[in-house]
Amino acid sequence: MALKLPIYLDYHATTPLDKRVLDEMLPYFTEDFGNAASRTHAFGWKAEAAVGVARERIAKMINADKPEEIIFTSGATESDNLALKGVAEFYGDKGKHIITSRIEHKAILDSGKRLEKMGFEVTYLDVDQKGFVDPEHVRAAIRPDTILCSVMLANNEVGTVQPIREIGAICREKGVLFHTDAVQGIGRVDFDVQSMNVDLASITAHKMYGPKGVGALYVRRSKPRVRLVAQMDGGGHERGYRSGTLNVPGIVGFGKAAEIITHEWRDEAARVSRLRDSLYKKITSALDEVFVNGPWPVTDANGKVVRLPNNLNISFAYVEGESILMSLKNVSVSSGSACTSASLEPSYVLRALGVEEELAHTSIRFGLGRFTTEEEVDFAADLTVTSIKRLRDLSPLYEMAKEGIDLKSIAWTAH
Amino acid sequence: MAYSDKVIDHYENPRNVGTLDKNDDNVGTGLVGAPACGDVMRLQIKVNDDGVIEDAKFKTFGCGSAIASSSLATEWIKGKTIDEASEIKNETIAKELNLPPVKIHCSVLAEDAIKSAIDDFRKKQAARRESKT
Repeated sequence: MALKLPIYLDYHATTPLDKRVLDEMLPYFTEDFGNAASRTHAFGWKAEAAVGVARERIAKMINADKPEEIIFTSGATESDNLALKGVAEFYGDKGKHIITSRIEHKAILDSGKRLEKMGFEVTYLDVDQKGFVDPEHVRAAIRPDTILCSVMLANNEVGTVQPIREIGAICREKGVLFHTDAVQGIGRVDFDVQSMNVDLASITAHKMYGPKGVGALYVRRSKPRVRLVAQMDGGGHERGYRSGTLNVPGIVGFGKAAEIITHEWRDEAARVSRLRDSLYKKITSALDEVFVNGPWPVTDANGKVVRLPNNLNISFAYVEGESILMSLKNVSVSSGSACTSASLEPSYVLRALGVEEELAHTSIRFGLGRFTTEEEVDFAADLTVTSIKRLRDLSPLYEMAKEGIDLKSIAWTAH
Repeated sequence: MAYSDKVIDHYENPRNVGTLDKNDDNVGTGLVGAPACGDVMRLQIKVNDDGVIEDAKFKTFGCGSAIASSSLATEWIKGKTIDEASEIKNETIAKELNLPPVKIHCSVLAEDAIKSAIDDFRKKQAARRESKT
């Protein structure tokens, strides 16, 4: 079969909608268009029932106790904002200290910054060279006035899967609420709000083969009962936590996506992991001076998966990331290079891992997924290898390094 | 980011890629930028006895616009005298390649690379004259 170009290998950014998801959504745009809050007629009841099914499916996916613990939002950015600001506002009288990590999504980091301006104190935990938060650092950071700890399930750039179970146990022991941004990990690694002692969790449909514009915040209702102050005022939807007419077709799709993941994620993760390993082997066997960012090997001593099965983040020394992207024009990937970001700053995640700026500029993130094929991986690997070779022929740094010149000994003119 | 056709052309078919002997008295080498900033250009010129740049080579670590700016620079300076070449302005390079505002620094770096190569050549010549007298 002919390969369809361009190839999509940016599944961390978003995922295509699964056709099975679309099929369930379609009637809710047209025939069953009712407002789930309309209590007076069949259109509303039907929409409400469909939302109920979705809520149950999502609750089941993360092993939530009750469907009511799922609060629908517009996506994970809103969920992260609601979790941090909503908890801070409710528990602010009890304490004003929050713990998080340096490599969280901007929705967490910037919510933290906002809260700092409002008088809260936020501790940003360092991560190690592979991107791990040390649970003991969480324990050490907890103070009598700590109200919340937020650590992501898995990182979107380098794929590090955090020790959520260990962090959750510590937070529970210390009586600190625990939130996790589970967006990247859902459907890719183990996630269970009960056994992991998670009190709040952000999820989004579009990273799990559902539609964009719909997400959820899991809010534990008992042991402990988590309370929030709504950040969106209005008609009191979602138990008063999030006003606004529900996006019924989106929620229906989200629910279907969750059901598929509940049944299929383990097989999918195993398959995608094999493809990722093959991509790694093909690239690293053909090129020198390439460095994986994030955990490698991908399992720890106990066999636990510590890197997202679909993630490969590599620095190709001596070639700049944006020029690599330009060369990989039929392969859609992303880079930690400054040149590719709107802010013109290199990735804060790579910097937090201690990756030198020289290497941060040369990083490429491959994100595989449900619809990635072996042929696509082979094509991407071959193109990557030829591109890097060509660009290294163009690189004065590669030539100098090969001549044995220590690039650090040169007085560069920073600009 | 959408690139102009000219940037893509220079990126895909870079002119004058290579290395000249930096120990040759007639060769001037400019090495500008920094790996930590994501851009390094090395531009070299070979100047004949009439002061004309008879050959120019470059290698660049950087984005597509940086590669294109340096490629274009070598194309433009070949055949020019060093005085003429030192008149080349970054604005002209940026305009020719249709660089967006965030990529203007690539053309600045190319201008710096030309000037730096010419400086290096002139220093070498001065040193040679001194050693002769």
